[in-house]
Amino acid sequence: MSNSKFRYIGQHRRTKEDPRFVTGRGRYVADIVVPGMKHVALVASPHASARIKAIHADRALAMDGVHYVLTGAELVAATEALMVGVDTPLVKRYPLAHEVVRYAGEWVAAVVADTRALAEDAAERVEVEYETLPCLLDPEAALNPDAHLVHPAHGSNVLYRRKFVWGAVEEDFAAAAQTLSFRCRWARSATVPIETFGVTARWDPAQQLLDVWASIQMPKYPDQIARTLRLPGNAVRVHFDVDVGGSYGVKRGIKHTVLVGYLARKLGMPIRFIEDRLENMRGGDMHGPDRIFDMQVAFENDGTIRALKIRALDDVGAYAGRSPLQLGKPVGAIVGPYQIHSVEYEPISVLTNKTAQEAVRGFGQAPTNFAIESAIDRVARHLNMDRVALRRHNLIRKDQFPYLIPSGTTYDSGDYHTVLDKAMAAADYPALVAARDAARAAGKLAGIGIATCLEPSGGNSSFEPLFNPKNLTTTWMDSCLVRVDLSGAITGVMNTSTSGQGHETLVSTVVGEILERDPADIRVVHADSLNALPSNSPVGSRMAIMLGSAAAGAAKIIKANLMAIAAHNLKCPLDDLVYRDGHVSVKAEPSRVMDWDALIEIAHRRIHQMPPGLEPGLQAKFVFEVPTGGGLPTADGRVQMYPCYSFEAHVVLVEIDPATGQPTLTRYAIGHDCGTMISPQIVHGMTWGGIAHGIGAALYEKFAFSENGQLASQTFMDYLMPSAMEVPSVDIVDHCTPSPLTVFGQKGSGEAGYLGAPAAIACAINDALAPSGHALDELPMTPMAIWSTLQSAGSMK
Amino acid sequence: MSAEKLHVVTLMVNGQPRSAAVPARTSLVDFLRDTLGLTGTHVGCEHGICGACSVMLDGEPVRSCLMYAVQADACAITTVEGLSQPDGTPGVLQDAFCETHGMQCGYCTPGMLISAHALLQTNLNPTEADIRDAIGGNLCRCTGYVQIVAAVKLAAEKLRATGGAK
Repeated sequence: MSNSKFRYIGQHRRTKEDPRFVTGRGRYVADIVVPGMKHVALVASPHASARIKAIHADRALAMDGVHYVLTGAELVAATEALMVGVDTPLVKRYPLAHEVVRYAGEWVAAVVADTRALAEDAAERVEVEYETLPCLLDPEAALNPDAHLVHPAHGSNVLYRRKFVWGAVEEDFAAAAQTLSFRCRWARSATVPIETFGVTARWDPAQQLLDVWASIQMPKYPDQIARTLRLPGNAVRVHFDVDVGGSYGVKRGIKHTVLVGYLARKLGMPIRFIEDRLENMRGGDMHGPDRIFDMQVAFENDGTIRALKIRALDDVGAYAGRSPLQLGKPVGAIVGPYQIHSVEYEPISVLTNKTAQEAVRGFGQAPTNFAIESAIDRVARHLNMDRVALRRHNLIRKDQFPYLIPSGTTYDSGDYHTVLDKAMAAADYPALVAARDAARAAGKLAGIGIATCLEPSGGNSSFEPLFNPKNLTTTWMDSCLVRVDLSGAITGVMNTSTSGQGHETLVSTVVGEILERDPADIRVVHADSLNALPSNSPVGSRMAIMLGSAAAGAAKIIKANLMAIAAHNLKCPLDDLVYRDGHVSVKAEPSRVMDWDALIEIAHRRIHQMPPGLEPGLQAKFVFEVPTGGGLPTADGRVQMYPCYSFEAHVVLVEIDPATGQPTLTRYAIGHDCGTMISPQIVHGMTWGGIAHGIGAALYEKFAFSENGQLASQTFMDYLMPSAMEVPSVDIVDHCTPSPLTVFGQKGSGEAGYLGAPAAIACAINDALAPSGHALDELPMTPMAIWSTLQSAGSMK
Repeated sequence: MSAEKLHVVTLMVNGQPRSAAVPARTSLVDFLRDTLGLTGTHVGCEHGICGACSVMLDGEPVRSCLMYAVQADACAITTVEGLSQPDGTPGVLQDAFCETHGMQCGYCTPGMLISAHALLQTNLNPTEADIRDAIGGNLCRCTGYVQIVAAVKLAAEKLRATGGAK
């Protein structure tokens, strides 16, 4: 990629964060010790559905060093219910169950003790009497009129259901030469960071202030904590300078924080809760989408795809939170990267007696991409057309941008054909086909997978008003403060936490680019929530766009102020001046120059030399609004979802051991276009990591439940995350189609790789299985699932 | 505080003699983090799979979540802090991770460094397969391992050039 017009952007540069991580000097939540802090352990429900008859805490409370046992009855009376993303006020949720438990592992009581070990000992001595109730686990059965109701007050197990029709769907289906339909299923998996969620809170009665240190990635987290605890917003101070050990969406932690915050205030003791891995997987409420797609496609004999009908049934578990909204974001890329004329989309969000769902990388887009790509492959197979040729035939062309899709979003820019070509070239597609065919000739199973898909980026939150008419959110701004101190050193202040995305590197690179000062010398710090400017946190692939643009905006103001100071002192019109490396000189007389130090000195000390009206000191804030944001949905549910659309094309070769069903990814290439890359190493790392995560979702990872609702995958021995032995070397080929909507042409990349890898790998597995006449339509396509299919195919020798 | 019986543990950590009295059930990782304040070693799963808590114990990489502190009595331990230069700046291996950006959130990084360090103790010319095998017991959710493998390759090159000094 050519980035020669930039000095620092797009260059190989070391990150600002890495040195502290490699020397063991990161500061994660479990590293923060507040004097006098006590520890929480939880009593979890052994039943998926039961009535709580009694809780006996006497034996626990009698132990030395045990301070308190909190139950749901007290917490429900003292706090507000946690926020729900859709309009279902009677689906109430609190950090602890009250009267009823709705999934196995739900928290029933919290024990506070001097040490974590003691708290865990005491939790085992809390006795809870239950009366079991019927248990609902099947999302289709949840729709039956006589189904057990997970929340009887709500009157139904449906949290959200609407049939959107965008364009002449029925006419297109009637007119098309052919149609096909199928069902596919995305399994319940999640991001499962290596650091579990943790939070410490301290209440200061003199200041009436709750300090919070948390492993958090959550929009409007401080506001939600304050509202739920019935505190004014300025009585909660969240420290955003805590390093977060991975999140990729899930670390929302509201219920954990409300629990710990309540206890800290109630008991007058600092309280810490760090999930262990069991709590993280079972009661941490961090499972991802669990989705059944019923797909119908209308197409012509030449492969032109006319229309789609998508029914997406999502099992969000026992509580709502923001999870139903994960069916909303895909509205902004509901036709993928293809020219599809009309779409019917019926998202259905249902409750069951399972662990609650939370946001996962892509916020529902990866499952939808998997379903769309499965449809493309099935059309190709049905027409006996080459899958690459079919995609090429339907991809939106470079000359069609900006491109309006039926659901109301305009894609900003792209060159999908070129990126696909680059990926095919990097994979050496003819050689790949030869390798596959040679493997098949040798008696192995082998297949090639292709996926072309989009990463909506820029994190607007238009799905909120789309799915909840009472929610009129139309802005999801982000901000940056840049200041230059008396020594001339530059500091950038960001206003949210970071979970591995390298925001300090982002801000310093952008500010350095604008001010022409070395990013290595620019410090970037995290505000706390009381001195922070507005932020909506690093979700939705938004920070290169949002924080990057805010930092650039603030730096441009600094630069303009420096120019104004120089113009005033050189007695010269602005247009006659030139800014270079922080120094300002007269274009026609380069010897007339005011250097950086002189300008800073004036700004900080000499108001008599400042231009009238310019405030002293040298600092600037910039609040950046999401480009294309600001609109509410139309009555038929059309809305501009995200501003920028990154594109990726995956090409993968898989070989399968017929004796065990074990797949091996022997070749993997991806073409990737996220516009201008600010830090290529960071973008590439996220892309590789996203592919690895996608390999897990495609082949290994599943939160499985037993028939009575017990979570069967509760450790890393049964929830299988890919190691360096399962993840192959992957070739990334960059392409740059700048976004016309951003300062440098950047788009988002935080979900790259994950959005297409499961689709591509599933496609490759099915290509490998095709000669046996069978197909798999459920993720994960585990070795056992593949082996079982081969057994039923009768192809085992 | 309840009165659990305490046991004195005396051992070498990063070349320094350390001693403290802890309950028998205190894990080695909790001892390092909570008792000795060496928070560079991380807790990921506490059941011996993720590798975030890896430390060197008498020259071998071990899971410090699977050992009790009392079992490490009289042993010599190296944690991630011990891989740095004496002035606290990154050692060769740590520097290589910075050069290739072999991390994102940094949480698995100490364990990765220990496993890579263990490999480079015995093999300064590792193949990619050797490296993947060595870090095969360390889960990373951020990177897809590519830049970690590159970091270990780079560190091996540098160490070969300097004769193995850290």
